[in-house]
Amino acid sequence: MWFFSQEEKELQNVCQSFAQKELAPKAAELDNTETFNLEAFKKMGEIGLLGITADPEYGGAGLGATSATIVMEEFGKACASTTLSYLAHSILCVNNIDKNASKEQKQKYLPKLITGEQIGCMGMSEPGYGSDAIGIQTKAKLNGDSYTVNGSKMWITNAQNSDVAYVYTRTGDHKKDLTTFIFDKTMPGYSTGNPIHKMGMKASPTGELIFENAKVPVGNRVGEEGDSVYHMMRNLELERITIAGLSLGIAKACVEQCLRYANERKQFGKSIGEFQLVQKMIAEMTTELEMMRSFLYTTAKSYDEGNVSPARSRVLAAQVKLAIPKMTTKIALDAIQLHGGYGYSREFPVERYMRDNKLNEIGAGTNEVMIMIIAKQLLKDSLQKMS
Amino acid sequence: MTSGLHLELVEQVRKFCIKNIEPTAEKDDGESKFNMDIYRGLGELGVCGIVLPEKYGGAGLGYSELIVVLEEIAKFSASYAVTLSVSTMVQSMIDTYGSEEQKQKYLPELTSGKEIGAFSLSEAGSGSDAASLRTKATLKGEDYILNGSKMWVTSGGVAKTYVVMARSGADGPKGVSSFIVQNGQSGFEFGKLESKMGLKASPTRELIFENCKIPKSNILGSQGLGFNIAMSALDRGRFTIASIATGLAKRSLDEAVKYSLTRKQFNQPIFEFQGLQFMMADMACEITASELLVQKAATNFDAGINDQKIAAMAKLKATDTAMSVTTDAVQIMGGVGYTSEFPLERFMRDAKVLQIVEGTNQIQRVVISRMLKKEYS
Repeated sequence: MWFFSQEEKELQNVCQSFAQKELAPKAAELDNTETFNLEAFKKMGEIGLLGITADPEYGGAGLGATSATIVMEEFGKACASTTLSYLAHSILCVNNIDKNASKEQKQKYLPKLITGEQIGCMGMSEPGYGSDAIGIQTKAKLNGDSYTVNGSKMWITNAQNSDVAYVYTRTGDHKKDLTTFIFDKTMPGYSTGNPIHKMGMKASPTGELIFENAKVPVGNRVGEEGDSVYHMMRNLELERITIAGLSLGIAKACVEQCLRYANERKQFGKSIGEFQLVQKMIAEMTTELEMMRSFLYTTAKSYDEGNVSPARSRVLAAQVKLAIPKMTTKIALDAIQLHGGYGYSREFPVERYMRDNKLNEIGAGTNEVMIMIIAKQLLKDSLQKMS
Repeated sequence: MTSGLHLELVEQVRKFCIKNIEPTAEKDDGESKFNMDIYRGLGELGVCGIVLPEKYGGAGLGYSELIVVLEEIAKFSASYAVTLSVSTMVQSMIDTYGSEEQKQKYLPELTSGKEIGAFSLSEAGSGSDAASLRTKATLKGEDYILNGSKMWVTSGGVAKTYVVMARSGADGPKGVSSFIVQNGQSGFEFGKLESKMGLKASPTRELIFENCKIPKSNILGSQGLGFNIAMSALDRGRFTIASIATGLAKRSLDEAVKYSLTRKQFNQPIFEFQGLQFMMADMACEITASELLVQKAATNFDAGINDQKIAAMAKLKATDTAMSVTTDAVQIMGGVGYTSEFPLERFMRDAKVLQIVEGTNQIQRVVISRMLKKEYS
């Protein structure tokens, strides 16, 4: 983007070459074998990207949403699965600890997470509570100097390979009596379930976190009892902006692949790019890509600069999360169509792009939840203006 | 529209699918495994040669019956439905263009479902532009010698009988002939098994011909008729593929509605949210529109009216609908829909190929517009 700072442009270059070298070459194989790219993950730690938004005091890069989105776009373009695991680690776990935890907790957890020595995840959704996240039922009860936790968390990215989990629980009967804890995988009563087989994002492990009379010390409680709702709300916008960055990367990959193929592939004695139907797809998907990039990076910038009201910031983040994954699914479906039989086969990456991207319309808040957030906020604002 | 016969057929097929296909459908998809026993079971049920005359082991029924059977199978597995659709297409090609001898030789084992028929037109370099195919058939004495390779062959490797389009004459459509080739023929090998996004229980394979000697008597119809034979087969193949799309879409809506009535968020079934209600209303509407188009195409065909435009429209509309309906059904079910615990993510992956096979949806538009031009000039 024209308004990227020198630092952001350099970050973009670093991420591009890292992604082309470490992520892209293995993406298809890891998708096939449902294997996590641990090697690349560790290397992300070495080049300092695992704590992109975290405080430099703990090894973080101290950067904002724009930089995190740049990483997501460039990595997402090469291997969406690994990028999703990166998001769960760096944004859902590391960033939340960085923004909400105590100094002691940060000292204990952040350095290892940021170097990549340890992997992190976040536990919010449950089998019965997805979109209705505030309704969660995993219970934590204070017993002396520890809490006893019972319940389970569902659809957790990095569940099985995480050392550290940032988990929301219920500590009271009131709707918002939710409390956050940091779990170590060594804590008694805490385990993970079987891997969940998914349509896409196959190289990113998804699973269940299981708490059976799990013991977590009071010292691992983040903030006070009842702080979770504040914790959740505070970082959701960053999560939504960055996951939209992942879709933007996938869209970019689709477009580049389509442009190449439309020139290469010949039918009826000419390249298929000469047919108007193909031109329509290309014109539309590239136009949508430009729209998405402008929208996403202006939203990320204004989030970093804090130059819009909190309400507008919330709406914008939900809007990019609604628009970009949805448009990208359409682009990816068209990309398969443009490639015909080849697009449907695993010889070309476009079918993987589509399978991977579909998750972004569901994870980190479904399209339907985004619709709810956007409409409710805007209608409320309008009502206030009238009165 | 739905006669007693249709209902009875659907009921039988449904029972069979629940017992034989549903239990292993996810596993077979995961392992890309085709199960010949399932196909033979469909044969025993009597649905593998529905449109063929009883004389050759068929059921002597029409395409109106075939589409209800395919739709029902597709509610459980698009892979087996496609296998059956293509095998039926091959049977009808032999029935329409074959000699009496060819019919007697090849049809009974296909109509009984003991063996599968495969159709082979596409090549690496010729997909939509089918008439530019390059696999060569050279006449040498009493034989044709086949050389070249064919791509994207549904049931490649598991089918016994292949109708292969090859070039026996000059460039262009008039130089193409159709040949019947059987598995095991010397010089006929199977190439790479495609690894695909969906339709995984139905193998897609490359066919390789290296000096494969075919007796002259294996030509279907006559020399130079191959392209016409293939195109007229596709006219039928198109609306049968469309019925598979409708089956996928119907089951997806069914699962989405059931799920949204029981799944509660914010203290109410998610069905109560208007965003979902409108999605499902649109899905239902599109499915019905597609179903009616497919029925129209089939009844036309059964009445002896070969209406290419309606066949292309049915294929275009029903497969686009299947894509959007399966995508929305995954969305309605959220995380659960994205996992292989439910069939919807499989259906979404399967739906995509229906927009590509039997002529991409871009080609359907070409056909429709060509017909429009004809009507107005």
